[in-house]
Amino acid sequence: MTGLHPRFHDRAAFAPRPDYRLLPFRFIRLDDRRYVMTNDVGEHVVVSREQLVALVKRELPVTTQLYRELTAKHLVFDDESRAALDLLAVKYRTRAAAIADLTGLHIFVVTLRCDHSCHYCQVSRQTEDKTAFDMTREHADKALALVFQSPNPAIKIEFQGGEPLLNFALIQHIVQEAERRNACHGRDLQFVIASNLTHLDDHVLAFARAHRVFFSTSLDGPEDLHNANRPLRGGNSHRAAVDGIQRIREALGHDAVAALMTTTPASLARIEDIIDEYVRLGFTSIFLRSLSPYGFAIRTRLVHSYDIADWIAFYQRGLRHILALNRRGVAMREELAAIILQKMFAPAGASYVDLQSPAGVAIGALVYNYDGKIYGSDEGRMLAEMGDDSFCLGSLDTGTFASVMTDDRLHDMLEASLPESAPMCSDCGFLPWCGADPAFHRATQRDAVGHKAFSAFCAKQMAVLRHLVTLLEDDPEARRVLMSWV
Amino acid sequence: MPIRLGGRGARAVGEVSPRPFLGRISTDAARCGPTEIWLAQGGDLPAGFRAYLLTAAPLTPAVPRDSYVLAPEFAYLSDGDIIRIEPARGALHTLYRRSSRSNSLLVTERCNNDCVMCSQPPKARDDSWIVDDLMQAIPLMSPGTPEIGITGGEPTLLGPRLVELVQQLRDHLPGTAVHVLSNGRGFAHGDLARMLAGLRHPDLMIGIPLYADVPAHHDYVVQARGAFDETIRGILNLKRHGVRVELRFVIHAETYAGLPAFARFVVRNLLFVDHVALMGLELMGFARTNLDALWIDPLDYQCELQDAVETLDRAGLRVSIYNTPLCVLTPTLHRFARAAISDWKNMYFEECDGCALRVQCGGFFASSAVRRSRGIARVASGYLST
Repeated sequence: MTGLHPRFHDRAAFAPRPDYRLLPFRFIRLDDRRYVMTNDVGEHVVVSREQLVALVKRELPVTTQLYRELTAKHLVFDDESRAALDLLAVKYRTRAAAIADLTGLHIFVVTLRCDHSCHYCQVSRQTEDKTAFDMTREHADKALALVFQSPNPAIKIEFQGGEPLLNFALIQHIVQEAERRNACHGRDLQFVIASNLTHLDDHVLAFARAHRVFFSTSLDGPEDLHNANRPLRGGNSHRAAVDGIQRIREALGHDAVAALMTTTPASLARIEDIIDEYVRLGFTSIFLRSLSPYGFAIRTRLVHSYDIADWIAFYQRGLRHILALNRRGVAMREELAAIILQKMFAPAGASYVDLQSPAGVAIGALVYNYDGKIYGSDEGRMLAEMGDDSFCLGSLDTGTFASVMTDDRLHDMLEASLPESAPMCSDCGFLPWCGADPAFHRATQRDAVGHKAFSAFCAKQMAVLRHLVTLLEDDPEARRVLMSWV
Repeated sequence: MPIRLGGRGARAVGEVSPRPFLGRISTDAARCGPTEIWLAQGGDLPAGFRAYLLTAAPLTPAVPRDSYVLAPEFAYLSDGDIIRIEPARGALHTLYRRSSRSNSLLVTERCNNDCVMCSQPPKARDDSWIVDDLMQAIPLMSPGTPEIGITGGEPTLLGPRLVELVQQLRDHLPGTAVHVLSNGRGFAHGDLARMLAGLRHPDLMIGIPLYADVPAHHDYVVQARGAFDETIRGILNLKRHGVRVELRFVIHAETYAGLPAFARFVVRNLLFVDHVALMGLELMGFARTNLDALWIDPLDYQCELQDAVETLDRAGLRVSIYNTPLCVLTPTLHRFARAAISDWKNMYFEECDGCALRVQCGGFFASSAVRRSRGIARVASGYLST
């Protein structure tokens, strides 16, 4: 190549100093050849063991492409250029900024009654006629007062159950009252009803349309699988869900309804069928979830019926199928992967409340239970039904947003939930992409931190993260699809 | 068509001022005064003007003081334009054209970078008189001016005087967007960013070049060790104080390979900037000095460009491609291309006649004939731009 005019200096004159310094980073083995290095803000580089050793021994040549990448991703710097420190500080603030907004998700358990009798039900539903399991209007009003004490500019109110449509009158009251209060608060206010849709009727749809209410429903896969998982006395749960989805879309628009699936032993062999059912019904995303260790799933020992290794194999097969669909031009994304990819590549990380540091307990989501109790997470109220009230942060009769946020039990829990200070998490290379799940560990190990060597949560995270990084490194076509989910 | 902004275009007739002066072109005999220069269109020369521009030599030697015969290449001058006349050299320089959308004020030729492709090579000499002139010129500009550029050299070398200049623009032309081209280093330390922000200019943008994701490479392109750090800190300071920032990346043989990494770096570290401009090379100044080392046919960097644009666009950043004609640009990138070449140095080739994309295309720099892309071709009608 032709050089520059002699009055200019060549590239060598601007080479980095060889006496580089390391910025804080963690590393973890990816496979038998490679390691993943991450910094505190979630940037990463995959290196060979030899490269890692050379880097740490300060023997990596500064003229290599790897050194350039490590510099650009702020894993190393030298004394002549310290802009990396300024940029890292900005990035750390960007990632942590959302914490200061406090609670954005507010879950109203308007009733515990349900017409379904799902084997995996996490909330210990009650039969339909026991109105003792309905939230009172007084509690709903007190909960709304608390909702608007949160400083978060975006407030999402989610109605859960049981089957929330069995207490639709209260939903109407809450929506109208929230809108009335918001007239002076001016928040970005959203409503979602998590429903099995068997009680969806024109009355509900008209109201949802008038107040821009969205729906979330359960869809476990094709009809036979869905109905085996979700028995509906005297009815067909799958048909109700599919009909409901169609009616919502016709009345409110295609994206007004989302679906969630749960993996049971019967699902394991059917992942392709499940995904294809989502495609058939016009969904462009699916969240491959494992069973949670709460409610009937524990009581019936269903949660022990498959191993986390089985789930991981299921997940990998599912992801392969989804990537193949994308290659054929069918848009479909997997939500767990999307959340993790956000944490890897988006400056603000991901807002998903169940994978945060500190945990999203209370500061990410608050749950107002049918009985007037306040919980720090949806799983927290599920634990309470099992006799563990450790996530209870008071009652709507006396509680305020301030009393909840300054509760010592909450602070202890948040402090314990920081992976940065948790054994086996603090030095894990995957830390910036992970988060804490205190309810899970409370349920499985009777301890909110838990021993990660025995944690199915940790095993699942590790496997999914290794799988995703490997795909990003080794499969350019998969990488292209995965990056489009960020 | 390109036009000439400066040169020996004002031949003195009779007695002239000893010093250079500036004034506004007037064709309205009622708008006279010490800042107005009469542009003669035949007929008598009205009294009361600072100077007189004649289109032809006068028939009688009896002309007012400071009368000049205007060279034909300056025939574009019209009412409201602002010029500077150096009587001793017979030189004329156009500072401002009222009808133009691309008025740029060159505020200094000094610079603390020495970019390998600089189209306006720096000169290390005291030129502080330029700002004095501009401070006088700004009140004469039309309040309807859509945009004023401030360029150099490096404008921040003026220090507080740059703030005065922007204040002058704010006070006299409150409806005019101001776009400052700076390497950003001057905003890294001290108070300049805070002072500029303190003006609360209604429409101010600082365009700052960043050429790489790592210090070594950026410093090489701008030929100044430590420049990357100061530029980054300058960007952070400006944004911290609420001043809008545009990143500018000039694509040439020494930078194109780094485009994808640059885009990923911006998305991760500087997502709060207001605009990213990816720019074709102008073959002037040092770019011409280093032509063989820096020239790459735009056809040969479309992959890297597409990768970078995709990364920036997907992250929600506003991205534009400047200075690249549509015929050499991958069709999927057409929607990012903007016609951004200043009118006075903008041109089209023979191939452009009858080209289907001519209307939306930014065309070429007047200097582009030096090296032509293999891709320059007339696009047949019926082509649907994406």
